[in-house]
Amino acid sequence: MVAPSLKLQDLIEEIRGAKTQAQEREVIQKECAHIRASFREGDPLHRHRQLAKLLYVHMLGYPAHFGQMECLKLIASPRFTDKRVGYLGAMLLLDERQDAHLLITNSIKNDLSQGIQPVQGLALCTLSTMGSAEMCQDLATEVEKLLLQPSPYVRKKAILTAVHIIRKVPELSNIFLPSCAQLLHERHHGVLLGTITLITELCERSPAALRHFRKVVPQLVQKLRTLVTTGYSTEHSISGVSDPFLQVQILRLLRILGRNHEESSEAMNDLLAQVATNTDTSRNAGSAVLFETVLTIMDIPSAAGLRVSSPMPLPLASPTLIRYVALMSLLRLVQSDHNAVQRHRPTVVDCLQETDASLSRRALELSLALVNSSNVRAMTRELQAFLESCPPDLRADCASGILLAAERFAPTKRWHMDTILHVLTTAGTYVRDDAVANLTQLIAGAQELHAYSVRRLYSALAEDISQQPLVQVAAWCIGEYGDLLLEGNCEDIEPLQVEEEEVLALLERVLQSHMSLPATRGYALTALMKLSTRLRGDNNRIRQVVSIYGSCLDVELQQRAVEYNALFRKYDHMRDTLAFHPLRAAILEKMPLVERGGPQVDEEAKESKAAAKLSEAAPVPAEPQASKLLDLLDLLDGPSEDAQHPPPLDPSPGGALVQLLDLPYAPPPPAPIPSLKVFEREGVQLNLSFIRPPGTPALLLITVTVTNSSGGDVTHFICQAAVPKSFQLQLQAPTGDTVPAQGGLPITQLFRILNPNKTPLRLKLRLTYNHFGQPVQEIFEVNNLPVETWQ
Amino acid sequence: MQFMLLFSRQGKLRLQKWYVPLSDKEKKKITRELVQTVLARKPKMCSFLEWRDLKIVYKRYASLYFCCAIEDQDNELITLEIIHRYVELLDKYFGSVCELDIIFNFEKAYFILDEFLLGGEVQETSKKNVLKAIEQADLLQEKTENMFHSKSFIGSKKAY
Repeated sequence: MVAPSLKLQDLIEEIRGAKTQAQEREVIQKECAHIRASFREGDPLHRHRQLAKLLYVHMLGYPAHFGQMECLKLIASPRFTDKRVGYLGAMLLLDERQDAHLLITNSIKNDLSQGIQPVQGLALCTLSTMGSAEMCQDLATEVEKLLLQPSPYVRKKAILTAVHIIRKVPELSNIFLPSCAQLLHERHHGVLLGTITLITELCERSPAALRHFRKVVPQLVQKLRTLVTTGYSTEHSISGVSDPFLQVQILRLLRILGRNHEESSEAMNDLLAQVATNTDTSRNAGSAVLFETVLTIMDIPSAAGLRVSSPMPLPLASPTLIRYVALMSLLRLVQSDHNAVQRHRPTVVDCLQETDASLSRRALELSLALVNSSNVRAMTRELQAFLESCPPDLRADCASGILLAAERFAPTKRWHMDTILHVLTTAGTYVRDDAVANLTQLIAGAQELHAYSVRRLYSALAEDISQQPLVQVAAWCIGEYGDLLLEGNCEDIEPLQVEEEEVLALLERVLQSHMSLPATRGYALTALMKLSTRLRGDNNRIRQVVSIYGSCLDVELQQRAVEYNALFRKYDHMRDTLAFHPLRAAILEKMPLVERGGPQVDEEAKESKAAAKLSEAAPVPAEPQASKLLDLLDLLDGPSEDAQHPPPLDPSPGGALVQLLDLPYAPPPPAPIPSLKVFEREGVQLNLSFIRPPGTPALLLITVTVTNSSGGDVTHFICQAAVPKSFQLQLQAPTGDTVPAQGGLPITQLFRILNPNKTPLRLKLRLTYNHFGQPVQEIFEVNNLPVETWQ
Repeated sequence: MQFMLLFSRQGKLRLQKWYVPLSDKEKKKITRELVQTVLARKPKMCSFLEWRDLKIVYKRYASLYFCCAIEDQDNELITLEIIHRYVELLDKYFGSVCELDIIFNFEKAYFILDEFLLGGEVQETSKKNVLKAIEQADLLQEKTENMFHSKSFIGSKKAY
């Protein structure tokens, strides 16, 4: 005798009565044992009750897979109660991942073909919720049959089930396409809605279907018009808007049909305008319709006037939701129709103040998109104000947005500098890594701003040494332009009396602060060092600080400190007429402007190369100061006694540096290869000169020079070359094809020959030209090629 | 629509309707994360949020949160209407519905939802028709129960 099982409601009460999680688990486990026993015994009368309890337990998160088979049995039962719970169980417990799910296909098929309407409804609902591709394949024809059944109750469900089938198995679209035309004549809103959804799905998946359904555009327009103009109908209206669900769906289909299709768009233009203007947007239902209308207007090639005027009625001043969708639609519009959106700029900027994160994010995106050269100052002000108060996750985007906009549209360098400075002070930790490099680049490039920048940065630094990018830039700037800082007058900002001691104290603070990153410390240390040549006072304080860091744990700092110390100690005694402390001064003088965009040559690395640090081989900066630098480098290499007389400069600059940097694999400097005259005829001469670039041993560059000392011009000159198969030959374009008479401008042409196997070079040349009015052709092999060209 | 969740302010799930196939584990994970996200929202905040690659539309009615996940091309505002319509239907059916009604009669809540939405789409825009369909199904259920079993209880909709 089976113990009387709990009613569902009693079970629920008992579970809710449990005071702790453990107690709840106990109750549920006990009950599940009962349920399992009941299933085993196969009690048909109470099965539905047991399953219902199981479904409740499942919703609380407990396992319920042992109920799957029971669903099948319940679905197969003739009783409606059983079917109702059984199908519900199937939707909750079975899905296409379970093998068991296919077993209900047969039951569904039976129910679809023979069941009464409510049963058919259940079957269709289940199929459309959890139907797998296989199930859909099997049942598609049954569903199709139901599409044209008399009862709208079943029909509307069948149509939406067809939508699901198409989503799962797009190939089955063709089965459902023919019925659509007829279904469109429906008056029943549910059926109509389903049909529109079905057509939308078909059109989205197949261009052929799209073309096919374009012809129903007038019909759709008519239906929508009827909806909009008909008076109030209680059954389908919400807040005075007739069936907004249906309206939105029709609008969506119209959008898809009208996209990129002039004719269809024209058919719907008037109606869209009508809907846009007449819909009452004081409640959400109307706004929903208007939103869809606006999306449609924006997507189809409608009249420009319509597009511009349409977002206007969107009441941007009204509640949060409307603002959200308004911002979304403006965001979409800004890509295509920038000017229209510009008009709403004030409102968009207002939305930045929204406390709701999703809104302010949209507003930020839109504001950044709207910045252009005319409004950049105003917009940046707004954005900076926003940056100060915005939530942390938006800060990074806002900061980079402002910096980017500043870069693109900065009216003056000073404004640009101010903007970056402001961003660094407000949101320093959120800026991108290259902001520091960009700012130093900018400052270095703007000579007139040096005094201004260093003052501003000094003040900013004095207030706050925690924002690393700011500290780094400020330290760098103070180091470079410290002398300007101390001068005291600058016309742009109020005079700032800064004492040397203050500057040094500030940099020391930065060095010692635990907030400073190692990189920042590096900047500060180097800045201190530079100040030793910029400041007039004696350098004891600086020397002290630098020597302290000589035993710092951080290797980078330690190395720098030691080297700077060396600069102090070793070469201080040099009293040249050139300058006071010439070595240090020369090494630490103002940096030249770094090439932007090229390989990132770190400012620090450049300086450290100057200090003879053993780093990787970097290209020697080809500047006028290079030779002077090389003198000094030689000095550093040689013993100190020789320091008085700089040794003569090595003829090939690469040489000294190479020795100094002590690269073990540096190739010996190439001896120049003698050039060769290969051809002469009546004053026309062909010379070859050779270069073997040291870095690429297989490469030979030949420059062919054609000269003309005769009395007649050489015209239409073409030179062709041939080499043995193992070589690769590339001819670059010649400088011209004419050599004027009497030593006129020669033609030069570059040949590139790759000789990876170092086989002996053989070269055959073919020349064709006109000389003295006669065509000339010469073919010859070049003899006496020097051995260095290929060895 | 991809799924709809109903949960209390304590984060307890009261109804879950999934229109996309996902494993149990995934469903649990999504539910947990989404519930946390929505519960963290302040009252004045926008009803729409972006979560993973979906748009979430949610609204709170008394102690219950109604939360729908829709796709990119779906209309958020109309989804709010869908939620509201569902609440109205529940209200009409249970007579001034409260959370307890949905707890103790969860299967009815499902049945009502299944008469309003199908496969994630709206199937019936007339409140009257939806309620009529439910009524008829309930009647049918009672009839079959009365026919088959003497021990069955006559019924108010609430006893099962």
